[in-house]
Amino acid sequence: MNGQNLPNSRTSDDAVSKNEMSSDALANDALASDVLPNDLPRTRPVTRAAKPTRHRPSREPRHAMANQPAGQRISNFDEVALGYSAEQALAEAQRCLQCRNAPCESGCPVEVRIKDFIAAMIDNDLPQAVTLLKERNALPAVCGRVCPQETQCEAKCVLAKRGEPVAIGRLERFLADWDRSRPARERNRTKLQACKHKRIAVIGSGPAGLACAGELSLRGYHVEVFEALHAPGGVLAYGIPEFRLPNDILEDEVAALRKSRVTFHMNAPIGALASCEELLEEGFHAVFIGVGAGLPRFMDIAGENLNGVYSANEFLTRVNLMHAYDFPTWDTPVQRGRKVVVVGGGNVAMDAARTALRLGAEEVTLAYRRTQAEMPARDEEIEHAIEEGIKLLELAAPLEVVGEDGWVTGLRLQKMELGRADASGRRRPIPLEGEEYVHSCDTVISAIGTLAHPHLREVADVEVNEWGYLSVGEDGQTSNPRIFAGGDIVTGAATVIEAMGAGKSAAIAIDEMLSTSGGQSPH
Amino acid sequence: MFTNTSNRTPQMNEILDRRQLSDGIIELTVYEPRVAAKCQAGQFFMLRACPRGERVPFTFSDWSREEGWIRFIFMVVGKTTSVLAELRVGEYIQDLAGPLGRPSLASHDTRRPRVGSDFEGLPPGGNVVVVGGGVGTAVAYPVARALCEEGYQVQAIIGARTADLLILEDELRALPLAAELCIMTDDGSAGEKGLVTAPLKRLCETKQVSHAVIIGPAIMMKFASATALDAGVPATVSLNPLMIDGTGMCGACRVSIDGQTKFACVDGPDFSAAGIDWAELMSRQRSYVDEERMSHGSWLNEKQHEHDDCDCFEGDSIWRKTPAPAVANPKSESSLSGGGA
Repeated sequence: MNGQNLPNSRTSDDAVSKNEMSSDALANDALASDVLPNDLPRTRPVTRAAKPTRHRPSREPRHAMANQPAGQRISNFDEVALGYSAEQALAEAQRCLQCRNAPCESGCPVEVRIKDFIAAMIDNDLPQAVTLLKERNALPAVCGRVCPQETQCEAKCVLAKRGEPVAIGRLERFLADWDRSRPARERNRTKLQACKHKRIAVIGSGPAGLACAGELSLRGYHVEVFEALHAPGGVLAYGIPEFRLPNDILEDEVAALRKSRVTFHMNAPIGALASCEELLEEGFHAVFIGVGAGLPRFMDIAGENLNGVYSANEFLTRVNLMHAYDFPTWDTPVQRGRKVVVVGGGNVAMDAARTALRLGAEEVTLAYRRTQAEMPARDEEIEHAIEEGIKLLELAAPLEVVGEDGWVTGLRLQKMELGRADASGRRRPIPLEGEEYVHSCDTVISAIGTLAHPHLREVADVEVNEWGYLSVGEDGQTSNPRIFAGGDIVTGAATVIEAMGAGKSAAIAIDEMLSTSGGQSPH
Repeated sequence: MFTNTSNRTPQMNEILDRRQLSDGIIELTVYEPRVAAKCQAGQFFMLRACPRGERVPFTFSDWSREEGWIRFIFMVVGKTTSVLAELRVGEYIQDLAGPLGRPSLASHDTRRPRVGSDFEGLPPGGNVVVVGGGVGTAVAYPVARALCEEGYQVQAIIGARTADLLILEDELRALPLAAELCIMTDDGSAGEKGLVTAPLKRLCETKQVSHAVIIGPAIMMKFASATALDAGVPATVSLNPLMIDGTGMCGACRVSIDGQTKFACVDGPDFSAAGIDWAELMSRQRSYVDEERMSHGSWLNEKQHEHDDCDCFEGDSIWRKTPAPAVANPKSESSLSGGGA
């Protein structure tokens, strides 16, 4: 668990590793070279990466990250994962093979320079590692916590083929937290380019909006972010619970943006106050729309308007944004169900279930129409949920919410079985005729996804696709050349980092557009 | 009427004027030029009264685009309205976001086309009756005004429990109404004794009106709209369910209309009255009665405690005179409903 017993004797090591990984050309390539590859990829370097002098990858297993014990954490809203210690982080960094072509980076939607920041860690140069990390990712403390690394960077890690990829997400989290723990003046401050005297409006302060605002401010623009709610962060504020993403982390990230030419307008619902076209007329040079797919989907079954039925959005908003767990110190209440059923199998379903548990529920059940293997949630979230005592009800689809006197008393479920794989590659659930049962409960939370807002047209008069999402080109440009968009409002519900990736690439496209249009104001 | 006489430019969310309309009914005028520039009759805004406050919807009763203020009227019933009642001129509303929801008459705004509005099939010049119940009159007034401006023949009926609780009487009389303003009180202390349904029935059955707009507490809207519909007159109501974000994100405000789920915040708050599941609406409005009472109670306690050593608490505090023990309808807080009648 610490850096002292890192294997340094190369003789024994090489033999083993060559055998074990003989099927893996990439790994051989990386292990065969004694020293680090000299030729760092030519296309990227912005900040020069430190090169570890003589790196011998450690052969330790992947380091576990300490968690708050399940029995303790179900009665508080403190963060579950406790993060690596410095020793653990450095030891984990030593596991990196420093592959020549860094496949991990291709798995990252914002192309964080993973190989380089780990190299700096191997050299024990944490300030440099932070600089390299932040060069591509404006919100590392957030991403280190909520990215599904197992399907992104870590999935591409050569070591993943042995089932134990480098814990890139945990390293990212460690570096971001280490940076945050430093005194303010020592903290990493990415240098802003010279002011370009141009204003960009960003609609929505969720992950897409924050990433876009961050990138544009780096590139020298004045950015104004418009948020309809009273607090910034979008889904990071109202959706992701405190025990997964503490609020002060979000506040820190927003504060950092405020320091770098980004203005935040709260309580400013665009569409109602002004349309994007009106903002352009007002003098903004471009607009980025990152409003998310905010409209909750309901199950479309009888009884879903009974008291005690929530959308996950409502339930989580009450608890996270409005602090209902601290009622009546905070004014917003939430029904504290004793027996709660959450319908769905994604990250939001896990968040809702684990939140209900922390509010004091005796029994929390996840009803999902496929099986655990098909659940779209991150593995870690599912594991944590199960550890905490949440029950999985697999192959169960809701038919009707049963109630009495206006309140929920149960959920009628249809038993399913798995048939052939559908278009998404997952096996399609098929109802088993006649196998219905009522699961008794007093709260039902519907976490089956979100849709595009139906009144998007009031925000901007641009083309939408058949599902109501905005149609954009590769760079995020909508049918109005000065209006860009990214995140869930383009793709439908997806991950935080994908939205950030879209926000960032739109920012680059906006910069290119405004740089080539000769810097003229549109009016 | 309020006019800004000071030379100083007010700050955002600053309270410019406060009027006590009657026991427990207060009107606040707030500086928010962005919202004042855009709001229309029938729309609402979300407000938080204090840093840990709830988001509560209130409907505009008036506004001035030139002077940049909006105005709303509420009855003190719970924590949020009690905190609002304490605010004085020069103090600030914590958070205010709007204008939200669809305007009753999508008159001057091409982005919110009239299509889908209840007035789609009713050409200007038609006869409309506007009915306001309790604090709902605060919402009925700007709708009546907008209808007058659009050239409709407008009649108005307002009702309240007692004469003291009648509001905006003078303002309504000042409109170019097609007939004398009709006033109803439960106890006969002003106007006629009885419910708003009596004059409404007369107007509808004699075919003097071809459309009714009814705004007030849910129970009043339920019976008044049934009266109009029974007489074959289409009715529009302004629904007042609980809301959290008010922008279509949470679905707390969902209502059933003809078996279809609608969100009052983005699809409404105005809906055609036919097919509304009133029982469901009222049941959902009551779902947090206990918590509301607890929240208000703990605030009152805290307040009392603060003033243990002085007697100012006994003074002119409005919420002191109208203790809110039995909160019949927690979110009648929102002036979307009123809650007066």
